[in-house]
Amino acid sequence: MELLRLATAGSVDDGKSTLIGRLLYDSKAIFEDQLESVERVSRQRGDEYTDLALLTDGLRAEREQGITIDVAYRYFATPARKFIIADTPGHIQYTRNMVTGNSTADLTVVLVDARKGIVEQTRRHAFLASLLRVPHLLLCVNKMDLVGYDRQVFESIREEFAAFASRLELSDLSFIPISALQGDNVVQRSANMPWYEGASLLHHLEQVYISSDRNLIDPRLPVQWVIRPQATSLPDYRGYAGRVAGGVFKPGDEVMVLPSGLTTTVAGIDTFDGPLEEAFPPMSVTLRLTDDVDVSRGDLICRPANRPAMGQDLDAMVAWMTEKPLKVGDFFALKHTTRWVRAVVRDVRYRLDVNTLHRDEASSELGLNDVGRVSLRVTQPLFYDSYRRNRQTGSFILAAEDTNVTVGAGMLLGPD
Amino acid sequence: MDRGTAGAASGQYQLTQLQSIESQSIHIIREVAAEFERPVLLFSGGKDSVVMLHLARRAFWPGRIPFPVMHIDTGHNFPEVLEFRDRCAEDLGVNLVVASVQESIDAGRVTEEGGPDPSRNRLQTRTLLDAITEHKFDAVFGGARRDEEKARAKERVFSFRDEFGQWDPKNQRPELWSLYNGRHRAGEHIRVFPLSDWTELDIWQYIATRDIPLPSIYYSHRRQVFRRDGMLLAVGPYVTPREDEEVFEVSVRYRTVGDMTVTGAVESPATSAEDIVTEVAASRLTERGATRADDRVSEASMEDRKREGYF
Repeated sequence: MELLRLATAGSVDDGKSTLIGRLLYDSKAIFEDQLESVERVSRQRGDEYTDLALLTDGLRAEREQGITIDVAYRYFATPARKFIIADTPGHIQYTRNMVTGNSTADLTVVLVDARKGIVEQTRRHAFLASLLRVPHLLLCVNKMDLVGYDRQVFESIREEFAAFASRLELSDLSFIPISALQGDNVVQRSANMPWYEGASLLHHLEQVYISSDRNLIDPRLPVQWVIRPQATSLPDYRGYAGRVAGGVFKPGDEVMVLPSGLTTTVAGIDTFDGPLEEAFPPMSVTLRLTDDVDVSRGDLICRPANRPAMGQDLDAMVAWMTEKPLKVGDFFALKHTTRWVRAVVRDVRYRLDVNTLHRDEASSELGLNDVGRVSLRVTQPLFYDSYRRNRQTGSFILAAEDTNVTVGAGMLLGPD
Repeated sequence: MDRGTAGAASGQYQLTQLQSIESQSIHIIREVAAEFERPVLLFSGGKDSVVMLHLARRAFWPGRIPFPVMHIDTGHNFPEVLEFRDRCAEDLGVNLVVASVQESIDAGRVTEEGGPDPSRNRLQTRTLLDAITEHKFDAVFGGARRDEEKARAKERVFSFRDEFGQWDPKNQRPELWSLYNGRHRAGEHIRVFPLSDWTELDIWQYIATRDIPLPSIYYSHRRQVFRRDGMLLAVGPYVTPREDEEVFEVSVRYRTVGDMTVTGAVESPATSAEDIVTEVAASRLTERGATRADDRVSEASMEDRKREGYF
């Protein structure tokens, strides 16, 4: 069975909680004791209906304020697939949590209220999904029951969004008219909207083709750990453990180790269950190499004819996640694949308005929840691909050197 | 799901869901071993910690697990589980640290709760934090899963703890891609949850597929029990039925393994992991809702305990 990770964002008003509640309920992922607990709290508060948002808003502060502050993860399964939902807050002050939820998603669901149409939050969420290169975007026009299941309403929202989306880089965009409350087109195709000929939401989630979303072209193995058993039974064993970040490795492949540039061949791919004939993303494996070359954590194994970019000057889109602004001259700790380095900000090329996509080139800093293009210089060369080409070898995080808190997320541009 | 090559052979290069979360967990465990000075893995002999330990074994195979395991022993544990715990540690050749709640009580660090059948659930936190300080552990693996409980659904894989061992749920570090940030200052530590994305059903499917041994009490057995607060509690040295509580014998198994004082059994004929997969798939109650009195204190009891430094 395959796994699909999806991210959703929006406020309670968009019907997101109702939608998630319905997906979970219809797939029997809500248990009786959870439902009773939610009903009890709803009754105590005097709600008119059972507030399914209480299922995901698990923190005291969220329940008190009635808003989603942080990402909550929910799990459900159908006979076709298992799903992990990253339920993310939609408010601008929690953009960083939206970025977090989308960073690992295969698919993003953006909800729109059919009565309100495209709003700022819709655009922001779609932009962030495209920035993070979530492979599939699904716009659900919700509350179709409240507009009389009118095809015209759906079509005009679709057109408006498609016009906006043409300015984004989205590889797969779909639209579904739904009513989360009434269940139209959520699990079953709706009889109320015969004009809609596409799949129901759940069917779409079960069928969307995700196998080709990973990079199977460029072999990349960032070395996490060197396995040396130091046991008499395995005196000379050296294995390079890591998670395949791209491409396919096979025994006999000629490989190159960076930064040393030494070439050797793959002697074997080891796992607890025995040797493998192939390793591909996102498998955690251990490579043995034919020659006794110097390899340590932070090194990268690739193919001599297919190497990543290597350099100390980086150009990236950065999402800023803390109150204290990012400024030229600031130092940070930067983690890229399995390597920590120091980084200094050389330039803030522009700040991007996440609502209008306007580039503010006059800005010399990034504030909380800003996204911008930044030039960095790092202490040691990194081996990287553009984020566009590889989400694993093209991403990094920045941490404050004093508090150690993660303050920024970077998506590398170039070399291609 | 034996080999990742099943998909490769058919040209799909696609892992199954279980292979995918297994690979993610191994990646997390290796990151911790590489980036921390003194990691430790919390091991109670419960099914989640057994799976976590198994994943650690896979992560470093054919080498040994490069960190010790630790059990917070409340003194109220099931004897079958303690025996299993010791055997596991010995088989894998890992160092087992046992931190005892009884010793914390004897040393005056905590006070036993009053009343009949006192629970030591909350007292464990002090023992755990003291042990972390004493051994200077900087990363502590826990087997908690996000599907277990709504506060846990919010927790990061790398979860920062301040010098008091506290969790601040409103101020968590953003966690992106699989770039985990374990940076911390001396005295602070990181709780690491490699099973964050696993559900109860995943755990059982994995145990069934990988044929992982568990303590016997997870499978159906005859036991003297009585009903309290809607749960079936076992009669034992730390739990005494009151006069109005009728004792009877049934076939039960445990869905979770905690203190004997707070962990309820469920009636079940399931004798294998496969049987349990079928039962769990059909269950309409969460495992904690069905079997854990410690979660019933209030809506936010898990969040409150976690803030204090609980598992």
